[in-house]
Order: sequence, then structure tokens, then C-alpha cells
Amino acid sequence: MRRRATRLLGHLGLATVCLLSVTASADSPSGVRVLIRDFMFSPMEVRTAVGSPVTWVNQDDEPHTVVSDTGLFRSGALDTGMAYTFTFDKPGTYHVICTIHPQMTATVIVE
Amino acid sequence: MTDDQALRGRRNALKCMAYGGAGTLFVLAGGVFTPIDLAVAADSKGPAAIGKPLFVQISDTHIGFAKDANPDVNGTLNRAIDLVNGMTDQPALVIHTGDITHLSKPEEFDLAQQYLSRLRTTELHTTPGEHDTADATVSEYFKRFGSASHNRGYYSFDHAGVHFISLTNVLNFKAGSLASLGDEQLAWVTEDLNARSSSTPIVVFAHMPLWTIYEPWGWGTGDAGQLMDQLRRFGSVTVLNGHIHQIVQKVEGNVTFHTARSTAYPQPVAGTAPGPGPLKVPADQLPAMLGVTSVSQLQHPRSLALSDATL
Repeated sequence: MRRRATRLLGHLGLATVCLLSVTASADSPSGVRVLIRDFMFSPMEVRTAVGSPVTWVNQDDEPHTVVSDTGLFRSGALDTGMAYTFTFDKPGTYHVICTIHPQMTATVIVE
Repeated sequence: MTDDQALRGRRNALKCMAYGGAGTLFVLAGGVFTPIDLAVAADSKGPAAIGKPLFVQISDTHIGFAKDANPDVNGTLNRAIDLVNGMTDQPALVIHTGDITHLSKPEEFDLAQQYLSRLRTTELHTTPGEHDTADATVSEYFKRFGSASHNRGYYSFDHAGVHFISLTNVLNFKAGSLASLGDEQLAWVTEDLNARSSSTPIVVFAHMPLWTIYEPWGWGTGDAGQLMDQLRRFGSVTVLNGHIHQIVQKVEGNVTFHTARSTAYPQPVAGTAPGPGPLKVPADQLPAMLGVTSVSQLQHPRSLALSDATL
């Protein structure tokens, strides 16, 4: 349900994305947000708390995926403006890649 | 030489390797490939006089893409299909080197299948691109195109004395590295090639380039060297790829490497943009940057010749 809602938000486009950037911060209930832009995760490393969601938003013209290198989660293709959210339930360091462009990597540190 | 100069030199070299325009026909004689402008070849006796059309390669149809670089990918794929169907000497095979769809959606695959079924050629062979395996369950491609490989993604077949090998290098990604074939597939291909004589013409195809064209954009396959070691003993090897939406060729001994244009949209030359995204060009220039590749079989010597056509 959460995932569907996030995708819907993504479809609403840039206006929604800008709004999120104001409301979302590492401490807010909506969790951490990572932008995907110019074939990079930005920021490339984020810190979050157990139970707090991380949302990735694709702002490129090209689709990307958000995939855990251990198989923990896999977003499916995110077209322009689409978002994917995952909530980590265990502390640790997690590595993420885009399987369409595996040179794109990022790290999530869950405390 | 400064790093900057080295980079510029490399970019220029890569630019020189990229062929554009109407197309180039490659004829192998005495182990050396001779490029012939397609127009010149057609002016003399035509490609049919040089050899029998063996198969056509189409690539990167990206059904589902609808952005500025080409709002009508359905139309350009259908023009490519018309071009193939209109060939006077019909090739028996069509090889699609991946990225059939843009987002791996069921409806994109269904539409692509509907268009591809218009091809008059008797056999369609495919290999998945990373855009075809981007669904969360990596299942939509295999539901429709998995049977030839028993859902492994790699298989081989023979046609007219030529041995074809379809490989998959989009399922085994490791963070921050190039594409890879993986140990299991490499072991299979070694066994497959061991059963062939060195005089058998070999065609190998996969989606991502099987040689490193530009590492920062992931345009290469990390463990392709192990495959090349197996191919070196053969007298005629043609390696076909898609993925980079432009033609780049290389000849190494008896091995000819060839990447195909997309039927959907062009991509920038390596290193000339922040990333390998769709390249927007004026609408009147677009058809010259999209296309298909056809391969003819030459009887004397027994080898293969490539030619490219734009849309």
C-alpha cells in the first residue's frame, strides 16, 4: 500500500517532488529522500534510523532501478518522476545499485 | 600528456570509431575486413552479388519510450520491419539484441510481440537487455522469450552452416562494475564451442558490448576476455551487440565486433554527455541515426559480411 502511494506521488511530477524536498528531512516522519539525477544517486550515502523509510525519486529522462545488492529489495523500473520507498527494519550498512546502470551505486547506513 | 589531453585524445579516437551515415558493408577476404560504402556496393552488383543475406539484426526498440528524443518508437520500429520485409532476397533470421521494451511492462512486451510478429522471416531470436529485466520479478521477458533458452537466457543454434550463440550479460550485475556473463554461462559456452570445428563461422550476440567501449558508462562486459579466449581459434567470428544506440566497430584478428543502432532513439558518443541517456536531435536528422544491420554469407571464403541501413 505504501509503495503504491509513493508511486502515485511520483506520477504527480516535479511539483510534488519540490514539496517533498521541503517537508522531508532525515528527522521527519516521511524519512530520508534520495534523488536520482544525471545517472547518480544523490547523496551517495545516507543515514537513517530503523523503521524510518528511505525514498528514492528518479529525476532523469532515463529509467533507473533501486536494487539491494543482497536481494533485500528490488524496485522495478522507475521512469521519470517515479519514486520507490523501502523501510529498513535492521541496523547495518546496505549497498544499492541501479541494475540498468550498475556503475550507479549508493550506501544506506541504518542506525 | 596531461590527463585532460589524454581524455580528449581518447574521445576523438572513440568518435573516429563510430560510423554514421547511410551504412557500411564489410567484406572479409583473406582474413582482412574491407569496408565498402553501402551506396558503392549497391551501385555495382548489389549486396546480393556479394553474398546471400543471412540475417538481420535489430536492436533497442524500447517499446514504451515516449519522450522528446523519439515520441513515436512504435512508428520507427514498424518502419524497420517494413524495411526488412521489403528486402528482395529475404534473410531467414532476425536477431533482436535486446531492450525490446523500455520499462519491462507486460503491455510493452505485448505490443512489441505484436509488431515483431509482422516480420516475414521465419525465425526471431532474442537476448534480453537490462531494460527487459527491470521488472521487480525479472519474469516478463522470460514469460515471452524464455523458451529458446529454457529460461536461462543463453542458448545456441545452427543455420546455413553458421553457429549462433545467444548470450545474456544483463542478469549478473555487481555494484560499480561492468556487465558480466558469469561463471556458469562461461562454462556452458566453452563446452558449446569445444564441439565445433575451427572452420565453422561463429556469430555471438548479447545486449551489452562484449568489449569495453567506455567503462565510466558501463559500456563493456568485465569477463568477456574469457569468452574471447575461446573464440580466438575460429576463422570467422562476428560479435554483435546493442545497448549503445550507435554503430561502433572493431576488428581483432578474425573477430569482428559490431554494435547496432537503435530503432528508437540515438545516444551520445561516449564521454560527450553526463550519462548515456536519450540524445535529442532535430526530427529531420532522427531517421539517419536509427537503423538495422543485415549480415550476408559469403561462399568464397566462407565468412560473413555486415551492412547497416538507416531508417
